[in-house]
This record gives sequence, structure tokens and C-alpha cells, in this order.
Amino acid sequence: MEPLVTFCLRMGDTTLILGQQTAAWCGHAPVLEEDIAFANMGLDLIGQTQLWYEIAAQTEGKGRTPDDLAFFRTERQFLNAQLVERPNTDFAHALMRQYLFDAWHLPMQEALCDSGHEAIRDLAQKSVKEVRYHIDRSRDLIVRLGDGSDESRAKMQAALDALWPYAADLMATDEVEAALADQGVLPGLDRVRRAFDAETAATLDRATLTIPENGHARTGGRTGIHTETMGYILAEMQSVPRTFPDARW
Amino acid sequence: MYAQLVETGAAEASEKDREFQEKIDRGVRIEANDWMPEGYRKTLIRQISQHAHSEIVGQLPEGNWITRAPSLQRKAILLAKVQDEAGHGLYLYCAAETLGISRDEMTAQLLSGKAKYSSIFNYPTLTWADMGAVGWLVDGAAIMNQVPLQRCSYGPYSRAMIRVCKEESFHQRQGFDIMRQLCEGTEEQKAMAQDALNRWWWPSLMMFGPSDKDSVHSEQSMRWGIKQNTNDELRQKFVDQTVPQAEWLGLTVPDPDLKWNEETGGYDFGEPDWSEFFEVIKGNGPCNRDRLAARNKAWDDGAWFRDGLTAHAEKQIQHIAAE
Amino acid sequence: MSKEWPLWEIFIRGQHGLSHRHVGSLHAPDSEMALKNARDVYTRRNEGVSIWVVESNKIAAFDPDTAEHNFAAPKSKVYRHPTFFEIPDDVGAM
Repeated sequence: MEPLVTFCLRMGDTTLILGQQTAAWCGHAPVLEEDIAFANMGLDLIGQTQLWYEIAAQTEGKGRTPDDLAFFRTERQFLNAQLVERPNTDFAHALMRQYLFDAWHLPMQEALCDSGHEAIRDLAQKSVKEVRYHIDRSRDLIVRLGDGSDESRAKMQAALDALWPYAADLMATDEVEAALADQGVLPGLDRVRRAFDAETAATLDRATLTIPENGHARTGGRTGIHTETMGYILAEMQSVPRTFPDARW
Repeated sequence: MYAQLVETGAAEASEKDREFQEKIDRGVRIEANDWMPEGYRKTLIRQISQHAHSEIVGQLPEGNWITRAPSLQRKAILLAKVQDEAGHGLYLYCAAETLGISRDEMTAQLLSGKAKYSSIFNYPTLTWADMGAVGWLVDGAAIMNQVPLQRCSYGPYSRAMIRVCKEESFHQRQGFDIMRQLCEGTEEQKAMAQDALNRWWWPSLMMFGPSDKDSVHSEQSMRWGIKQNTNDELRQKFVDQTVPQAEWLGLTVPDPDLKWNEETGGYDFGEPDWSEFFEVIKGNGPCNRDRLAARNKAWDDGAWFRDGLTAHAEKQIQHIAAE
Repeated sequence: MSKEWPLWEIFIRGQHGLSHRHVGSLHAPDSEMALKNARDVYTRRNEGVSIWVVESNKIAAFDPDTAEHNFAAPKSKVYRHPTFFEIPDDVGAM
């Protein structure tokens, strides 16, 4: 597969699976105001997915549509970071997952605002505004709930312990990113990791939360190796189009 | 959706009551701090909170399909729509709060099963076509109930309804659009659409409440300007509007008694099964228990979140005070 | 613990150049969260360029029973309105 297509799928799959997981909270969040805010993030993520898939489909040139990419690929063909497929165990996990994602997503989108690829640059310049708001909100909640009640602190620490190992997968790169960096499509990638580290160190400190220190990291999503939750997410998400493959919706 | 089983005590015709009624008759809106009869306040609290509960519980049957929507665009539209229901619940709870009840109190009434909400949301959404039928029929019926409420005599309720109606205008259309796509699709899709209409038609007609002759509260609510039209008027209007749409889609309305009446200029139609309606209201619909369980779980599981944010806000105030 | 978050009144400037208008209310633990919640709840359809939030119990208002004497006096000052004065057509625009 062309590096550009692979990269767009890595981005689009990540926003789609996170959007899917976020959308599942609609009607079930802890308070109405949060229900609405979470849905707004889900909507942004699904919108960004469409843009990534459009670039992927066009570059690929095989006549596949964004919906084909979302609904007719299998687990091993999905290239999202493992972090976003981690389950909606509780709202603390959902918030921490969102925050760690945002802490990577913002510097990534900022870097892409200078991409030499026009469609990606346009995408980033639109998305970066949404992502700035996302991290404003998720960072704020991490700090408040970390430095909140004993119970909220314990919940957030448990979520951080569970999810931190998966953060590495957001930043995992290989020859695909290297090739795109050489072409000027993906500038400033080295800054993303540093920005993520600075952002999370400062915020988690303010939140009185402790980053797990054993250095354990889970990766593989970028090459289609997922956790066991992934099959269920796709089974649910793809069930209708796959049951009626000839139908249009 | 509508004031289900609201009882209103006979108003005592004191001097203040008479002045109040004159104000209503002149079309003057009542505001939060104005004097109002206790019956008016109670009726409104009950009606607005039931309406708010309906929006909140109403998130569940459609929310059930967000993760399974068959295209990216349908997923986004459905998510936006269900999110709107949360917003509408929020506006309505705020309107009720102006009458001296807190959102937490209203929530407790819902969660304990004491408060009612629209019976329609106790029916299950079984296929994707139900997203079409719910949007087209249920939102269609809801908007018919809601449009007149924009002129409700109570200002905060009327203003909330203006916002709700403005936002709801896309809901019915997106439902019809789903149905249309299904009806123009494969045989399996058409069958799915017809099946959804079959299951949702009668529950939708029941959304307007029992017939006027059996409705305990209509008269006083109409005098107070809380209710503008009778249940039967709205139901007739809904049938007259919806039947031609079903025909346009090539679907059959599941009512053997349905026929055009030249004289009245409307459709004659069959009687819904009111025993089913009252069973659902009593808590014996297909999903009553599941819906309440889902709302209770969301509330209980979210307690640490609400309390954690309160704790943080209080700490901040203490920090500032200490400086 | 379980204390309900306070209620906030939300005011939104719809477009540059207009004043903020009351659009509704919501709950939030403090003003900063109230702003964020207001952004999510009340500008979903691109309704605003600026938001104010005020805690509901900080708003002062007249007792509605005093409305009659509070707002009666100006009713007789009809000369404060331009339509009070008749200007002959041939004077031109004024």
C-alpha cells in the first residue's frame, strides 16, 4: 500500500474508533451537560474520519468510498492506535483515553498544518481548531477530577494506570512515516513526542496523578495488531452494512 | 410529549385567581416570580418535568443504534439528533426549575419510577428501519404536540419550546429520509421499512393521549393556556399529514379502517388499543424496566464524577479564601 | 456529599456587533465549567461568538408585584418618542 494511504488510514481509523467509543456514551454520561459535550467530540471525530478516508480513497484510486473503508475492512486491516479501542470501562477510562489521545492529536494536527500535501494541510487547518477545544476540555477535567475527591482521584489514577501503556502506540512510527517525512507530507514529527511528554507531565502533575514508571508499552495497532476488544467494536459497527452488502443507506 | 394523567385540583376562585385568569385570557405570559395558583404551578411542574423525562428516556431507543448506524454520515446525523434530545431535556428541566423544583429532585422522581414519561419510549428499536420510523412518526407526532406549546402561557416553558421546535425541525426529516432510502432500496430494505411502520404506527397515535372524552385534565389546562389543542384534534392532524407521506413512500398504514372522508376532509381511522396504552403507562411496556435501569445506571455510575467536580470547585474557593 | 451543581444563566452574543442575550441556563460546578458547558449546549448550531455566564442566584430583580408602580411613570411621557411631533412633509427627512 502507498505510504500516504497507510498514513491516512492510521489517522482515520484512530478517529473513527475513538468516535465510535465516544458516541456509545450518548444517553449514558454522568450528567446532561457532559452527555452533550461528549457527543460534540464524537461528532468532530466522525467528521475528521470522513476527511481522512476521502484522501485515502482518492489516493488509492480503486473506487472505494469512505464508507467502504469504515464498514468493509477486517480487524487486521484497521490501523488505529490500540489506545482508542480500549473499552468504555467507566467514564474515567473514557476521559483519560480522550485526554491521552488529545495530547498526541493536537501536536500532530499542528504539525500537519505545515504539510506539503494540500488536502492534508486543509484537513489539519480545519481539524486543529476542534482539537484545541477538545484538549482544553479534557485537560481541564483530568486536572479537576485528579485533584477532586478521593474517589475521583482513585478512579482517574486507575484509568491512567490501565491506559498509559497504550499511549506509546499513538506515537509508534515506521518506514511509512519516514517516507512521508522525506516527502514533506509529514513535517515536524519529532516534535510530537516531545509535545506529548511535556503536555502529559505538566497536566498529570497538576492533577496530582502519577505516571506509571515501569516503562511498559503496548504497540501494534499501526500494523493491524489489536487487542481483543477490537473484534467486538467492528462486529457491532459493521453489522448492518455487512448483513446487507448490496444496500445503500 | 403531553401531560399524561395530570390531575389538577379545582381552582379556588379567589380574587387573585380571577386576576390571574384575566391575565391569561389577555395573552399575557406568566413569568417565574409572578403570583400563580398552586394548581397551575403543580400542573406545570408535572407537565414540564414529564416532558423533560421523555426527552431523556427518549435518548435510549435511538441511542441504541448510534454504534450500528450503517454509514458514517448516518452515524453523525443520529448522534447529533440524540444529542439534541439531551439538550431538549436540559432546556426543559431548566424551565421547570424556575417553578421551584431542582433538577435533582425531578431526576429522583424519574429514577424511582414515580414520574411518568411518554409511553412511546418503552417500545424497542429492533432494526435500522426503526430509526427511520421513530424520526418520521414519533418526532412527527412530538412536533405536532410541541408547536402549540410555544404559545403556552408560562414564559420559560414557551421559550424553551421555541428553541426545541427550532432544533427539532430536522429530526422528522432525517427520519423520513432514512425511510425514503429504504423504500427506494432492495426488497429486504423495503420489507424492513414496512415492518417498522407496522410496529410504530399505533404507538405513535397513542402519543397524543387518550380520547378527549376520557382525558381527566384537558379542560383546566386549556383554560390556563398550558394546553392549546385537544388530544383528538392533534391526533387527527397527525393522521391527515402522515397517511399521504406513507403512500408517497409506497408503504401501507396498518389500519384496515383507514379511509378518506370527503365530508370531514380528513381520514377516518381505527381506535388504538387503549388497554395496551394503560399497561405501558403502568410500567408493563416491553422496555419500561430496561429504560429505567439504564437511566439509574448512568446516574449511579456518574455520582463520583459529579461529586469529584464539586470537590474540586470547593477546593478552589478555599484556596482563594486562604490567599 | 452529592450536592447539586449550581445553576447558571447563559448569555450569548449571536454576531459581532450585537449585545449578549439570555438564551437559557444550565448546571456547572463553577464559572469556568459553566462557560465550557454553555459552549457545548448552546452553540451547537453556530449560534454565538461570545458567551457570558452568571450564577442564577446572583441576579437581582424587582418583585413582580411592584411592576405597576415601577414601570408606570414613563407611560405618560409620550413626548419622549419622535412620533409625538408632527413634522410637515415639505420639511423633508428629519
